[in-house]
Amino acid sequence: MENFTPISALLGGALIGLSVSILLLLNGRMAGISGIMSGLIKPTKHHIWRFLFLGGLIIGAFIFQQLSPDPLVLRENYPFSLIIIGGFLVGLGTKMGSGCTSGHGICGIANLSVRSIAATITFMLSGMLTVFIIKHILGLTA
Amino acid sequence: MKTNLIALIAGVIFGLGLALSQMINPDKVLNFLDVTGNWDPSLIFVMLGALTVSTLSFRFIFKRDAPVFGAEFHITKKTIITKPLLIGSALFGIGWGMTGYCPGPAVASLGLFSLEGVVMVIAIYAGFISHQWFDKQ
Repeated sequence: MENFTPISALLGGALIGLSVSILLLLNGRMAGISGIMSGLIKPTKHHIWRFLFLGGLIIGAFIFQQLSPDPLVLRENYPFSLIIIGGFLVGLGTKMGSGCTSGHGICGIANLSVRSIAATITFMLSGMLTVFIIKHILGLTA
Repeated sequence: MKTNLIALIAGVIFGLGLALSQMINPDKVLNFLDVTGNWDPSLIFVMLGALTVSTLSFRFIFKRDAPVFGAEFHITKKTIITKPLLIGSALFGIGWGMTGYCPGPAVASLGLFSLEGVVMVIAIYAGFISHQWFDKQ
């Protein structure tokens, strides 16, 4: 547990909670990122806010990376086959399951939705099982 | 116009939160999911921070009949735990565990000029589109 960073995690989480609250209070929208992304497959002029929100995510990460005294070092040599297959499953799974970490794990649970609690427990457990298999049984990642 | 600007600002705050909490670091996420290995419980604190703020604020927000700018709250009326909810969430978890990226960090990582992030976002869209295809069958 040498990389445990509870304070920045709590503060970063609080910023995410603030963002979710702003979008709901002012615009009446849930900040579920997979839903905001998939809503752009057939874009209309009513969907400009989706582009802007996702653009904001990119800008926010960019600003932090430029200003941080301790910027994130990108990993190298991670297998692209895992990214391609895994990315596909993230898209398919969040579309089928109507949400991701933000939509179910934050917005849904904050709204005390039993569906979202069930979804969050499911993807947490399946994620943990997947890492166990890929890392410790198959040895595909370091 | 106003709602578009709000969406942009909310997105920037969300992106800053993902970066500060290191959710944007796929290795950190994989270490959180690696409960039998070099476990890093930090992401529990990300959820704790986000849920403390949002659970409290939602209680006040939903006392209103409508959002400040807009006619209604756009929220799902689904309440039943269905097979697609559980199967979809399980598939999402597999993809999350294979990559270390869920959708938000995948998009935000484009701000770090991550090639991995670009491939991830394209693959996610391929997954979205394939679901429409499955649905038509």
